[in-house]
Amino acid sequence: MIVELGHFALVLALLVAVFQMVVPAWGAYVRDRELMATAEPAALCQLGLLLVAFLSLINAHVTSDFSVANVVANSHSTKPLIYRIAGVWGNHEGSMVLWVLILALFGGAVAAFGRNLPPSLKANVLAVQASIAVAFCLFILLTSNPFLRVDPPPADGNGLNPILQDPALAFHPPFLYTGYVGFSIAYSFAIAALIEGRLDPAWARWVRPWTLLAWMCLTIGIAMGSWWAYYELGWGGWWFWDPVENASFMPWLAGTALLHSSLVMEKRDALKVWTILLAIVTFSLSLMGTFLVRSGVLTSVHAFAVDPRRGVFILAIMTMFTGGGLALYAWRARDLRQGGLFAPISREGALVLNNILLTTACATVLIGTLYPLLLEALTGAKISVGPPYFNMTFGPLMVPLLLALPFGPLLAWKRGDLLGAAQRLMLAGLLAVVVLAMALAGLRRGPILAPFGLALGVFVMVGAVSDLAYRARLGSVPLEEAWRRLKGQPRSAFGSALAHFGAGLLVVGVVATSAYREELILVMQPGEETKIAGYTLAFRGVAPATGPNYRETVGLFDVSRGGEAVTRLEPSKRIYDVPPQPTTEAGIHAAWRGDLYVVLGDAQTGGGFAVRIFFNPLVRCIWIGALLMFFAGAISLSDRRLRVGAPGRARRLLNAAPAE
Amino acid sequence: MTRKQRRGTLIGVCLAVLMMAVGLVLFALRDSIVFFHTPSDIAEKPVAPGQRFRLGGLVAAGSVKRGEGAKVDFVVTDTLKEIPVTYEGMLPDLFREGQGVVAEGKLTPDGRFVADTVLAKHDETYMPPEVAKALEAKGVKLGKGAYHPAGPVSQ
Repeated sequence: MIVELGHFALVLALLVAVFQMVVPAWGAYVRDRELMATAEPAALCQLGLLLVAFLSLINAHVTSDFSVANVVANSHSTKPLIYRIAGVWGNHEGSMVLWVLILALFGGAVAAFGRNLPPSLKANVLAVQASIAVAFCLFILLTSNPFLRVDPPPADGNGLNPILQDPALAFHPPFLYTGYVGFSIAYSFAIAALIEGRLDPAWARWVRPWTLLAWMCLTIGIAMGSWWAYYELGWGGWWFWDPVENASFMPWLAGTALLHSSLVMEKRDALKVWTILLAIVTFSLSLMGTFLVRSGVLTSVHAFAVDPRRGVFILAIMTMFTGGGLALYAWRARDLRQGGLFAPISREGALVLNNILLTTACATVLIGTLYPLLLEALTGAKISVGPPYFNMTFGPLMVPLLLALPFGPLLAWKRGDLLGAAQRLMLAGLLAVVVLAMALAGLRRGPILAPFGLALGVFVMVGAVSDLAYRARLGSVPLEEAWRRLKGQPRSAFGSALAHFGAGLLVVGVVATSAYREELILVMQPGEETKIAGYTLAFRGVAPATGPNYRETVGLFDVSRGGEAVTRLEPSKRIYDVPPQPTTEAGIHAAWRGDLYVVLGDAQTGGGFAVRIFFNPLVRCIWIGALLMFFAGAISLSDRRLRVGAPGRARRLLNAAPAE
Repeated sequence: MTRKQRRGTLIGVCLAVLMMAVGLVLFALRDSIVFFHTPSDIAEKPVAPGQRFRLGGLVAAGSVKRGEGAKVDFVVTDTLKEIPVTYEGMLPDLFREGQGVVAEGKLTPDGRFVADTVLAKHDETYMPPEVAKALEAKGVKLGKGAYHPAGPVSQ
């Protein structure tokens, strides 16, 4: 009964979305305030209905209602509660319901918090938002309905793929989707602006917080996915340039560019047309990510759907919104007034450089991801584009970006002083050179370029701190005065410095792990010892164990360093009950200098076990860097709330204009 | 600086970055793409020893032999032709005889494929689509389940 209620709510949500797509937009066209005002209750109503649909699906999973096909296929009565809930979005149908729910959440948030938006802009934004909801509700109802029953119901379900039964992965999809879908707001605002043919700096002020929120969630979502792949798959790596990873990384790159260009638009009323284009492109890349992952054209754990109808449907949605958005852009962008002027050496100039490099890097990732698909479609040849391609194209493009990054915040708007900025970065440069010299002298192995990479990361990190120090006039005024000045800085200044610091830290982690990883593959007999990166590992043998829904063979490794016991690592090989699938659980000793990572392999003839041991230096910096970026976004976001007054002024101005 | 010079600088920087990117992409695409072949493809159109490619097919039943250390020998077949493979390292969890597999590496002059990567699958009923497609193209009949990750789902 509850399942039918959810199904019914989803159908109603579709109808409400159709209403919300048509009526407010028509109202904005004929300038009828009452019709425009219907967008707000419609958006909230749509949100409520989708919430009912989603909760009823969760209910079916939690109560293990095996008369529902979706529950049968993806759940099992012995599965722990948290994974029964996470299992809702651990499959294709449920994850699409989560997708539209988040879409409606963002729409509802615009309806509820966007009180100071001009009515016609708000009506158009919510109408565009609703059109996306219509497309995806139709997609769910026609090709991937999670509410279908099976008759007769089986006694138990098929279970969830055990490698997905993991805390990081339980939260990875919601964050990732919030990121993907959050960019829909930027898209809707862009389309609404194009429809209205008007764009003021307040537009950027409205769009920026949403973009920032989406970017934060995408950052942490990608980081969680990477962290999961690192400790769960047992390959010892954290990023594989897998097409599915790229699918989430491309919107991140474009979204980062959008975040920076909308800054120029907000502060200087420039780069308007470009920002609109970037908003359309970013959301299109999010849609493409959904398409690549959900259509089954890629081989991966994410490709739930291999039904060709679904792929074609999502491709149609993607073509419609990307093509429609770009066509509207081509038609209307000319009407938007071009903004202010600035010198090449200025804050704006630096941000433009950031945008050029980020979008180009995004394009190279796009080419590498789509080239195999295109080649196969055109010639039938099957190829794969692996990490070497991405390292060779993406890497070099990041070098100028990271070199220029610390200069950006130190340049003034309109006309900057490059020499002055360079002087303020003396300390950062000096420390980078020290690190370079130390790395070149101390680390005799690894690629020759790696020390330069480490130095670059340090340069970015210290550069971010220098930015704050300069703002506080540290060194030229007394310490108390500097402290007072620092406290007086807006939160967004701390946000950007922290995000840049996190980016530098991430670079250090990436370079150190990639260049200086140590790896051993060997067969160990119980009682044998081996050494890696200063640690001594003694293999004590294996022991059987049982978990709530799996059995496992645990390898026991006593780890010591310089004669002192450090820890005991227990990597294992698991077999889950339902589905009966083996998985590998790595044993990881995480420390600041790096992770010791042990994987237990198959038993060999003669009593030994294959063992794979990694030492991943500074790998923690990668996740801490991403986490810092996430918090930096949150700090900047909290700053926005203090500025409620600013958009209000713009509204009075707009209202004063003859709108009706 | 005049408006024209400013615009010129902008266009110049854009072009420079784009040209660098295009150069990098072309260079990388020439050198670092890896082709996918089945044993029959190799029999029809031999690949030079030492050239990297991906070999896909089924692990032949009864062919897996563990050697010294973490060394493993097995045979990849598409039921028409087969190629012996040597791999040193950890096999993925779902590596099994009779199951689909993708190995990346090079051929030696005596026709043995030395793999440095054996790709993991994520699901036990799942076969990599490129393997399934290649096998079907060769006329090998596959059950419906070989293609689809989850059995009796979706309508």
